[in-house]
Amino acid sequence: MWLRPTNEDFKTIAFYIGKLIVGLGIIFVIPLITALIFQEWDRALDFLLSMEASILIGLLLQKIFPSTHDLNWSQGLAVTSISWLVAMFLGAVPLMLSGHYLSYLDACFDAMSGFATTGLALIQNLDHAAHSLNMWRHLMMFLGGQGIVVIALTFLVRGTAGAYRMYVGEAREEKVLPNVIQTARFIWFISLIYLAIGTLTLTIIGFLEGIPLVRSFLHGIWIFMAAFDTGGFTPQSQSILYYHSFPYELVTIVLMILGTINFSLHYALWNRNFKELFKNIETRTLFISITTIFIITVIGLTQLSVYPNWLANFRKGFYQIVSAHSGTGYMTIYAPQFHQEWGFLAVLMTILAMGFGGSACSTAGGIKALRIGIFCKALIQDIKRIMSPGTAIVLAKFHHIKDILLEDRLVRSALVILLSYVITYFAGTIVGLYYGYPLDKAFFESVSAAANVGLSTGITDPAMPTGLKITYIIEMWIGRLEFISIFILFGLAIARFTGAKGRSR
Amino acid sequence: MKLIKNICILLFAFMCYLSLPSQAVVVSANQLVEDALHYDGASIEYVGEVVGDIMARGEYVWLNVNDGSRAIGIWAEKKLVKNIEKTGSYNYIGDKVKVVGDFHRACPEHGGDLDIHAETISVIEEGHKIEHALNPTKIVVAIILLLAVLALIFLPRILKPSS
Repeated sequence: MWLRPTNEDFKTIAFYIGKLIVGLGIIFVIPLITALIFQEWDRALDFLLSMEASILIGLLLQKIFPSTHDLNWSQGLAVTSISWLVAMFLGAVPLMLSGHYLSYLDACFDAMSGFATTGLALIQNLDHAAHSLNMWRHLMMFLGGQGIVVIALTFLVRGTAGAYRMYVGEAREEKVLPNVIQTARFIWFISLIYLAIGTLTLTIIGFLEGIPLVRSFLHGIWIFMAAFDTGGFTPQSQSILYYHSFPYELVTIVLMILGTINFSLHYALWNRNFKELFKNIETRTLFISITTIFIITVIGLTQLSVYPNWLANFRKGFYQIVSAHSGTGYMTIYAPQFHQEWGFLAVLMTILAMGFGGSACSTAGGIKALRIGIFCKALIQDIKRIMSPGTAIVLAKFHHIKDILLEDRLVRSALVILLSYVITYFAGTIVGLYYGYPLDKAFFESVSAAANVGLSTGITDPAMPTGLKITYIIEMWIGRLEFISIFILFGLAIARFTGAKGRSR
Repeated sequence: MKLIKNICILLFAFMCYLSLPSQAVVVSANQLVEDALHYDGASIEYVGEVVGDIMARGEYVWLNVNDGSRAIGIWAEKKLVKNIEKTGSYNYIGDKVKVVGDFHRACPEHGGDLDIHAETISVIEEGHKIEHALNPTKIVVAIILLLAVLALIFLPRILKPSS
């Protein structure tokens, strides 16, 4: 039986959302400073306005709904799911004010795409965008990849049980360290170290490839943020193709792979536990999956003689597959080329790579390697069980930081999420088909949105139907939060009217 | 005899015409990307605004030219771009150029990039600075919001001791 949420429950939720909104408002100071440095006065005003509006709304929520309660499970998860929607609406304000969007919905689309680290974009005239606007677009990816709640946990929320409940709502059920605040801080620590190294490397390469120093630094920091957080936004309209640089592509491949690795694994490697890299079920699954999908993709591309040599097959085939599998969405080809040139087999492999996604507790989206690995292990266990004598007990285990016995509850929870993703992929495809797009394109784009990838066959365009824009926004939202917190949000809404009276605390 | 002479002259003129370089086809970026197989290897004429950076690579450069639909990479000798002064950015509309060159759907020289190897590049319209005027409404709203935030932060603290 569901308990009917009380007014006190809603007050607590509103109070914590207020806190998170204030946090978001403070972050606007980064693009604001960028705008001031580069004398982009009009954009500076946009960010000042957005900052003030966010802080005002956040403070008002905290004043109107004061609460001293800690969050329970449903409240924590509801706070997270609503916060992501609120972040989209507020994050879209400076985008809309910039004049680069045809409508506020388009700006919301890009804001959700940024926070959810998807990379699909409806921005117009990107090649004339201000530095500060690009800073905000890429910062959204960095914040979204780390997790909006992770940021709040690091700076704004005390170490409470409620903090952990919000953290879980952001599809981060794994605690890298025993304490959730320490975990959040470790995630930031490791990300900032990579930020420094990645930005420096990209800056040097950009400079050597002919981009002036200041611009190569800005491009370096933006491309790092969107690559490591598996986002996919770029400051120029041609994505990574803009640079025409093999070294730049190689570095982004490394960053995308680093971004798709579980933070627990980063922690193990940080502690010089390099064996974990070879034993971990996720790295094994990712390695097998990327290799197999790439080989089949190359077979498809070679059959159709799409590319003239092996280097081209690597720079186009491997790059797109790593980009798809990691959920980044960087492209070294033009969107229509998937549909026009790649052929069905290579496109199907790209869709599979996008659908599978990266590691759990990483910045990647999709079903996740851990769940695919658990599913495969369970399948093998069942086959062994059928082939063994009736009295035999067939046990299976897998290694993920430690040896874990494959229990039915683990398989069940993995399959629930796996199935939810598959249903979402198909639901988005049906909407695409309804609007008259061909099956392969509709399926590709839907998987790309729900798995937070950002590769496109060209459907994502300011001219696409409003219904499809809203569908993709919802797909990006639920795909990033991995369903549970959104199910809880809807559960709370239903329980408000149908639940039994009583304290849920 | 006169007829044979005339036929010879005509044949010569026809041969001369055939030996002239073929006329480049004028195409848009969308046409190139969406019908790349058709234009692969053809000599084309492409017009658009230079955006971003002109990236030097030895004796050559990469530049990206946007015709309003999308941008295409141009591979050119350094000397061909010496007349380009402004490139498109937040502050500038870049020079509009006409590029004549060979189109490659998947360039074997450049890792399969879709690109144009330029033979000639001519500036057909000079770029200019973009004026970004401040919007007075935004200034007013920003001041009102600032006052509201300050009031919300400081008013309760000011009123607290008296209450």
